[in-house]
Amino acid sequence: MQARALTVLAMVAALLGPGAAAARDLKMATTTSTDNSGLLTYLLPKYEAQCGCKVRYTAVGTGNAIKLGENGDVDVLMVHARAAEDKFVAEGYGVNRRDLMHNDFVIVGPHADPAGIRGMKDPLAALKRIKEKGAIFVSRGDDSGTNKKELAFWKDLGIDPKGPGYLAIGQGMGQTLTVAGEKRGYTLTDRATYATYKDRTGLEIMVEGAPKLLNPYGVIAVNPKKYPGVNYDGAMAFIDWLTSEAGQQAIAGFRPKGVQLFFPDAKKP
Amino acid sequence: MDLLEPTRRAFALLLAGDPRLLEAIGLSLWTSLAAIALVAPPSIALGFLLAKRRFPGQHALVVLVQALLSFPTVVIGLLIYLLLSRRGPLGFLELLFTPTAIILGYMMIALPILVVFTISAVQGADPRVYETARCLGAGRVRASATTLWEVRFGVLAAVVNGFGRVVSEVGCAIMVGGNIEGLTRNIPTAIALETSKGDFPQGIALGLVLMSVALGVNVALALLQGKGGLR
Repeated sequence: MQARALTVLAMVAALLGPGAAAARDLKMATTTSTDNSGLLTYLLPKYEAQCGCKVRYTAVGTGNAIKLGENGDVDVLMVHARAAEDKFVAEGYGVNRRDLMHNDFVIVGPHADPAGIRGMKDPLAALKRIKEKGAIFVSRGDDSGTNKKELAFWKDLGIDPKGPGYLAIGQGMGQTLTVAGEKRGYTLTDRATYATYKDRTGLEIMVEGAPKLLNPYGVIAVNPKKYPGVNYDGAMAFIDWLTSEAGQQAIAGFRPKGVQLFFPDAKKP
Repeated sequence: MDLLEPTRRAFALLLAGDPRLLEAIGLSLWTSLAAIALVAPPSIALGFLLAKRRFPGQHALVVLVQALLSFPTVVIGLLIYLLLSRRGPLGFLELLFTPTAIILGYMMIALPILVVFTISAVQGADPRVYETARCLGAGRVRASATTLWEVRFGVLAAVVNGFGRVVSEVGCAIMVGGNIEGLTRNIPTAIALETSKGDFPQGIALGLVLMSVALGVNVALALLQGKGGLR
């Protein structure tokens, strides 16, 4: 019986190949924007080839990604919600947070632009006009980094966005853009995911370029003192690579359809 | 993970009549009931015809309906999505991400269940019922109605099963409904979302409601069948 179990184990190991034996796989929680934009499928193979490991990732909202880290279910986080990230580190769940890159948010909407916000400079004023005109606004409503950003805008305005035109769908960025396209509504999106969904939704950029719309990403290792089982060495090797010259150049080199979507901004530690 | 504390808060939410919870519960119930009410009559008629009549292609049709029983609900969701999307043939109706889209999906999911259960109920009926009714001067429709009345508990079981399937369905509802808060967010899609957000009390409270609905409907069916006597 034991011999058979060993044979099975050996077969499984053989199937997994040499990669499995060389280095421990890394589990990462990240946001839907890095996945939907195609950055991960571009970036991760470059790292995997070098480390001989596999990076398994789950792409969810930032709030949920941070929860996964708090529960010790992943080894490393790649997220964008600075306040929540700092809290995560301050509470002892994460260590060695590093700035990684940024992209930016844009407000997109239908070609007809029923609220008349095209070309406005101030995102707050644009949101205010959408609300005043009773136009449709689709919200992530999933506690993600983008959702937090949007809610912070409404809070700054002192407006409760809830109403018949405000659709909170509790799903990822891609689905939110799809719903906005179908419903001919506006939404706040990261530029990367929007670039991927531009053609299939027919949405157009209405407001862009304001400093308020910058969206910085951080990368954080889960604290091994909190969860001794996590792959801390793997997480640190990954973070070191991402913030190295090679990793940063790889990020800058991600240009789907010729447009750079993420701008590296790792500083020396 | 502590299970007691979220469960305690779940009951608190239910007792307080949390509006988000009530909206999801209301939506689940009315869309499921509407879908079953709309799809049951034609499905039962179709099931009856397939059980009673012989016509070319009848066997193939029965096999097809049975195959539809194990059709993944997400494929039905995809089909309806493609039909109702702005780029789809029915896009001008602007039905995607509305409760109506969910009802359409539910109807397609419930249809094979209702048909197959009706077929087996009718086939299990004593054929002499129909023949006797005909001999006594009943027309075809009248005799068919008599047969259906004889197997009413089997047909009722079909309806209850169809309801149970759609009220707990998540894949199709989230695809064509879009999980929009206060509009198309129902019990199962809300559970999926709250769990992904880590808000377990909401998820547990909704799970309790869903299980109570399923249990309640089946207990009601058992009581009715009990009164009708076991066949």
